[in-house]
Parts: sequence; C-alpha cells; structure tokens
Amino acid sequence: MIKDILQKPESFYKEFYRKSGSNKLTTHYCPGCGHGVIHKLIAEAMDDFGISNKSVVISPVGCSVFAYYYFDCGNIQAPHGRAPAVATGVKRAIPGSIVISYQGDGDLAGIGGNEILHAANRGENISVFFVNNAIYGMTGSQMAPTTLIGQKTTTTPYGRSIQNEGYPIKVCELLATLEAPVYIERVAISDTKNVMKARKAIRKALQNQVENKGFSLVEILSPCPTGWGVKPTEAKKWIEEVLSKNFHLGIFKDKTSEPVALLNEAKKFDPEEIKKIIGEKNQNEQDTKFSKPDVKPKYQNPRIKISGFGGQGILFLGQLLSKCAMISDYYTTWLPSYGPEMRGGTANCQVNISNKRIGSPLVTETDVLIAMNLPSLDKFENDVKKDGLILVNSSLIGRNVRRGDVEVLYVPATRIADEIGNTKVANIVMLGAYIAQTKIVSNDCVLYTTNHSVKKKEFLKVNEEVFRRGMEYVISYKRKSNKEFDTVIF
Amino acid sequence: MAKLFLKGNEAVIRGAILAGCKSYYGYPITPASEIAEAAAKFFPLVGGTFLQAESEVGAINMSYGAASAGQRVMTASSGPGISLKQEGISYAAGSELPIVIVDIMRGGPGLGNIAPEQSDYNQIVKGGGHGNYKLIVLAPNCGQEMCDFTMLAFELADKYRTPVVVLADGFIGQMMEPVELPDPVNKIPTKNWQVDGTKETKNNLISSIYLDENDLEEHNIKLQVKYRKIQETEARFEEIQTDDAEIILMGYGIVSRVLQTVVEEAREEGIKAGLLRPITLFPFPKDIINKLCDRAKVFFVCEMSNGQMVDDVRLALNGKCPVKFYGRMGGIVPGTQEILNKVRILATSLPARGNYTEKLSETFIKI
Ligand code: SF4
Repeated sequence: MIKDILQKPESFYKEFYRKSGSNKLTTHYCPGCGHGVIHKLIAEAMDDFGISNKSVVISPVGCSVFAYYYFDCGNIQAPHGRAPAVATGVKRAIPGSIVISYQGDGDLAGIGGNEILHAANRGENISVFFVNNAIYGMTGSQMAPTTLIGQKTTTTPYGRSIQNEGYPIKVCELLATLEAPVYIERVAISDTKNVMKARKAIRKALQNQVENKGFSLVEILSPCPTGWGVKPTEAKKWIEEVLSKNFHLGIFKDKTSEPVALLNEAKKFDPEEIKKIIGEKNQNEQDTKFSKPDVKPKYQNPRIKISGFGGQGILFLGQLLSKCAMISDYYTTWLPSYGPEMRGGTANCQVNISNKRIGSPLVTETDVLIAMNLPSLDKFENDVKKDGLILVNSSLIGRNVRRGDVEVLYVPATRIADEIGNTKVANIVMLGAYIAQTKIVSNDCVLYTTNHSVKKKEFLKVNEEVFRRGMEYVISYKRKSNKEFDTVIF
Repeated sequence: MAKLFLKGNEAVIRGAILAGCKSYYGYPITPASEIAEAAAKFFPLVGGTFLQAESEVGAINMSYGAASAGQRVMTASSGPGISLKQEGISYAAGSELPIVIVDIMRGGPGLGNIAPEQSDYNQIVKGGGHGNYKLIVLAPNCGQEMCDFTMLAFELADKYRTPVVVLADGFIGQMMEPVELPDPVNKIPTKNWQVDGTKETKNNLISSIYLDENDLEEHNIKLQVKYRKIQETEARFEEIQTDDAEIILMGYGIVSRVLQTVVEEAREEGIKAGLLRPITLFPFPKDIINKLCDRAKVFFVCEMSNGQMVDDVRLALNGKCPVKFYGRMGGIVPGTQEILNKVRILATSLPARGNYTEKLSETFIKI
C-alpha cells in the first residue's frame, strides 16, 4: 500500500503540503484503509483524461474530510452530507468543470440522504464516489446506515438489530430506480481483480462527465481495518466473504449508450439589455406620466381600505389605484392581506396615496373604505375617520351605513357589472365611482393603467365601459346621504 | 427611467440581477415565495441559474458551491427555513463565502404563522449557527430599499468575503411600492480565492476546517478583525428629526415606517420625538446612539418581537440613558396610535438627564 501511494499519479500533489505534521509524503489514512487506493484510482483517471486542471473535488465529512490534502485540483470542503448540493452549485456555475463528490456511507446514506437522492434525480452532470465501509470510521466505529445486521459497532454493541435499526441501506439499488442517473455500479477494494474493476468503474464515471452524459455514482466497498478491529489482510477477506455478499457487486444502471443532449452556450447579456428584461416594459411605457388633477383638500392623501371576498378583484383594484397614483407622481403603497385567508374567504388591501413620503403603510384610521360585501362593511365601518368616505357595493350589501358622520356612496357595482355581462368587473365600477367622486387621478390615467394591467385583451373594452358606467352613476345620480338609502338591492 | 410597481420580494430579484447575481437556489415558503418565483421567471432570461432545491439545506449548500466557484449567488427564505439554513450559513461564514441571504420574517416560534414578525433578529444578528461569526445584516423598510440593499448586499459580501443577510418582514416583502431600477453593476470584482475549475485557481481551497487549535484560533482572530473593520466602517442608519429630540424612537423594517408617522404626529402635538432607524443591524450603529444620547432623555425601542434589538441598544448606551421597550408578537404590527399613546406617556414623565435608575416595571413591555 505504502509503495502504491509513493508512486503518485500526476493529479496528486507531489508533497501533501496541506497535511499537518511533518510527514508530507504519506496519507493520513490508517494502514490498509481503502481510501488511499480509491484516491489513487481517481487521480489516475484524472491523469488519463487530462482533467486535473478543470476538476473540483468536494471533500465530505468523515475520514476523507481531508481529501483535499491529496488531489492536485480545485478543492472545496463541504458540510456533512451536503457534497452533492455543493457539487450542484459548482457544476451549474462552471458547467465546463469536472466536479467530483467524494463521500462516505454516513455522509451520503445517512445525514446526506436527501442531497444525494435529489442530485441523482436531477441528473446533475457530476461523478459521485461513494465509499461504503459499513461503519463510521472517523468518529470511532459507530453504526452506519450500511452496517450489516448483527454487526457490532460502538453504537450497536450487541449487533445491529432489524427491530431497532432496520436494514442496511442499499444505495445503488435505491438510486437505480430513478430515471435520470446514467451510470450506477458497485465495486470493491479487495483482491486485484476487484481493484481493476473499481479502476474501470471510476474511469467510466469520470468519462461520463467529460462527455456530458450526466449523473454517475460508483459505490466502493472499502476496507476499514481500524473500524472493524481487524488486520488489513483480514479486512479484504471480510469484504469478499461477507460485505459483498450483502452488497452485491455489479452494474445497476447504465444508460451511457443513449445520445447526449448538447450543452447550450451561455448567452452573454449587456447590462442595458438586462435592465430592459427585468423592467418588463418598453421604453415608451416607462416614460408615460400623467399630471395630478386638482384634488379637494378632503380627498387628498387618502388612506384607503378595500375589502370583499376572494374573486372580487379586491387586490387588483388596490393595485390599479396605486399604479395610477405612481404614474401621477404620488407616493403610494399597497399592502395586501396575504396567506391562507386569500384562498377563498375574505380579501382586503390597504392603499396609501400621498403627496409626501409615506411613513406607515398600514391603514388603521381609514379615510376611504370600499366595501364590496357585507362582512367588509361590518368589520371596517367603525375604522373610518369622521368625514371619511365609504363606498358601498349596494348590490350585495343590504343595509345602510350606520354612522352619520361620514360621506357615503351607494353604488350597485355588481348589478352594473352584470348588466355589462361580467360580474367580475364590479371592482372597476367601484374604481369609476371613487375617481368620479374624488378625482384623485385623471380618467386617462385610469384607462391607461387598466389597459396595461389587464392580460386578456377581451377585457379591455369591458373595463373601459364599466369604468365609465361607474363614473356616470356617481355623476348623474344625486349623491345619496346614508339617511336616504334607496338604491336597488339585489 | 420610470418606476415599476413591485412587491418588496419582487424588487429583491431585480436588485440581485442588476448586481450581477448569476444564480438563485431556494425553497418555497410564505411570505418569501415571490422571491423564488421572480427568480424562476427572470434568471433564465438573463443567462442565470434558478433551481428550486430539495430543501432549505440543499439551497444554502448549492449557494455554498456556486459562491466557492466565484459566482454571485443568493438564496432566500423565512424564519423556519432560515433555521434550517443555519448550518450552511455557519460553514459559509467559516469558509468566508460571499452569499446573499434574504430572510422575510414571519411569526414564530415553530410553525408560528405567516404574518410579519421581527423575531429572527437574534438568529440572524447574533448568529444562529455554531461558531464565532457574524453576518452583515441590512434592514430595508421599503420596496426601493429591497432592490437597493440587495445590490449593496452583493457589494459588501464580495468586499468582505462574508455572507450578508437582507432582513425584512412579511409586510416589507408583500407590500407593493414604486421602485426605480438602479443602473446595473458593470464590473464584478474578480476573486483570487475562488475555485473555478481552471489551472490558475487549482491550488485554491474553500474550507472551514482547521484541525490544529492554534490555526483555528488564528482563523477566528482573522474573522474577528474583519468584523471589527466592518463595525468601524459599514454602520448605516437613518435619522428623522433627531436634532433636538428628547425621545428617540428606534425600530427597523416595517416598524420604522410606523415610527416615522408616529414622529410626525408627535411633533404636531409639540412632543420632541425623533426616529433613529438602524439600516445595518450588524454592524449596529452604536456611535450615533451614543451621540444622540447627549441630548436625548429617553430611548424608546419598538419591535415586533419580545425585545431582541433592544438588547443592542442597551449595550450601546451602557446605562447612559433610559431605554423603554414596546413589542408586539404573533404577527401584529403595532399601529400608529398605539405607539403614539406610549410616546405621550413618556413625554409627560421625561426623566431628568444623567440622573435615573431604570426599573423594568417602568418599561412598556407588552406581554
Ligand atoms: S478509520 Fe477506517 S476509513 Fe478511516 S482512515 Fe482508518 S481505516 Fe480508513
């Protein structure tokens, strides 16, 4: 073994300068440990493909935590079990690199079970070398997910029991059920014949990545004489006679003959182009501005609450108002009720429109309440400030506003919307009513904003129509005080 | 350039892309999901990577990989997800990786609820993971800052080679406001430490392991020196009417917006109140606190938590000025009038300067 390691592949450091202590020529592994051999096989394959300059090895947590002492390539040390996730980030960042995730059994099959499962399932174009020695070597011979039934470890002093710890996990068999992986094989570091097979499998896993074929994993049954408490020769024998009888050697998946998807060249973007993409508008739209109309003092700087049930376009109405305010050069905020209550049930939002920078975006003292259904009026009526304005969707609210100190507009918004043939646009009727009453923004501004906020073109005409109807309703009907409630109720 | 009308969460991604961020790894969680959704929409259009990870743990570790390769990378979540990311954050701090992490805080502990809270202060500012590390923490209070501070976060992350957190709450994330897109960053600094699969960088190592005690202490000292430099140079804050203020209100994020209105209304009543709003939570703006306490008679800290930032205010003042605290929990955002009432009480019983003993019972802790 020592002799093997002294004949170093090119992809090993000549001298292991990162290693602590004075001996910089041999590895930190125990005599007879399989890691040294596996490292060497990987490094030789890196030599053969001439890839050490573009390779990145992810070191795990476990005995091979110091894999970066040895490989003369880019090295990253990862948290316990997370090497496949780290490898994903590296490979996606530099698709031309060769990324190797080197992991032990506790790391990969225990704490990192989820990371390997999903990296494999995504078919990340990486090579995973999974060293299975059926034990936690570094921490002192505790049970691993791959420890055999009956095997004694420091945490299974009476032997692993099926009742308590369950069965050893067979990673190759498990991952081979997934669609994406292209190559999965289990090999063993035991006699020369098996080491040769291991060499071939490791080469193939790297070659697959060089050829952009996708996810490869080689599980390597590896001697841990220290953890098993046996001599190195006995360890190899145990692999042959016991371990490989439980973890069968062989190829579990090989899709490498299937055609490979070509990698897309990464497109370069200039910064201005990027700004346009995330701006989501063309230049003309961006420059559109509308002037602020003269607004009566009592309607200035309104704090607005809009409330109704889900599906009435409550949030959308608030957004429209805010957008209108924005392009009319106001300060504005829109704050939704969010989360489960939006899925069905009630919806409300709070809108501020102001001539000066807005402090609290919360509307607790309300200047304007737009109540689209009865629960909304019940809930928020008392929050409205004295002399505030309440717009009532009288089609759905069968009662008067109880307060006498506020201004009230009863608008049969749902009925008007129905007359146009679309109940859903009752919110735009209300918008028309509110704008007609307060003139907080210009009509042109509302029509422009509505047109640019509606995705379906057939809504454009409808919206324009109902907005006008909403306005006309307010203009042509004498304003009704809440004492003379006479609007038609459905 | 005209403005866009965006949710804070959406503004984050605009800022990230303008800052040259090339990949986003995340996991859905309310109230932060719009960040992932905006990333999913835009990153592919600008030649970047968006990947919905299998878990929060996966997301932070993918970010760890991308940052190791020298890419500008980010992830985002809310409290429960951030708790899961803490392992990776500790590793990133130890390995000195510039990753931008956005936390849109919600109610806790445990599953709590999805309403806005500020109870992640301790786990973000004081370090929720293991080890002697700190994160730079930026606290935006509007949509524009969600964009701008995300950009700033990338600059600071690269400058100091450290993870940076943008810490906001559910309201700042969900609220829509006009946002003006800043100019894109043209030049991203090259990193001589990155591991990018080239001959030039192949001797680089990204690692947080130092087996030898002396080496690890040395590494820790290096980190602390960095944090000290950050403390000295990067503290940011905003002051509103503090010049002659006797009552200094303090709060960050959405609370600072409420406090701004409280100050305006208190001033109308003739109460000399001012607002000091920390923008960086680490580094905490201690110097300005000490400057203001020369004139101020009382500091009034308001948070949507059980009182986490208030500890830092007390530490900064070190007994030089009384500190009152008012906190709401569970996702309740304190209203203007609610706080104004406390301010009125304070105004009528201002302690004489330099002569006070603080009793806990005097404070406004609401529990
Ligand atoms: S404990 Fe086992 S796996 Fe670890 S170095 Fe020693 S022999 Fe190798």
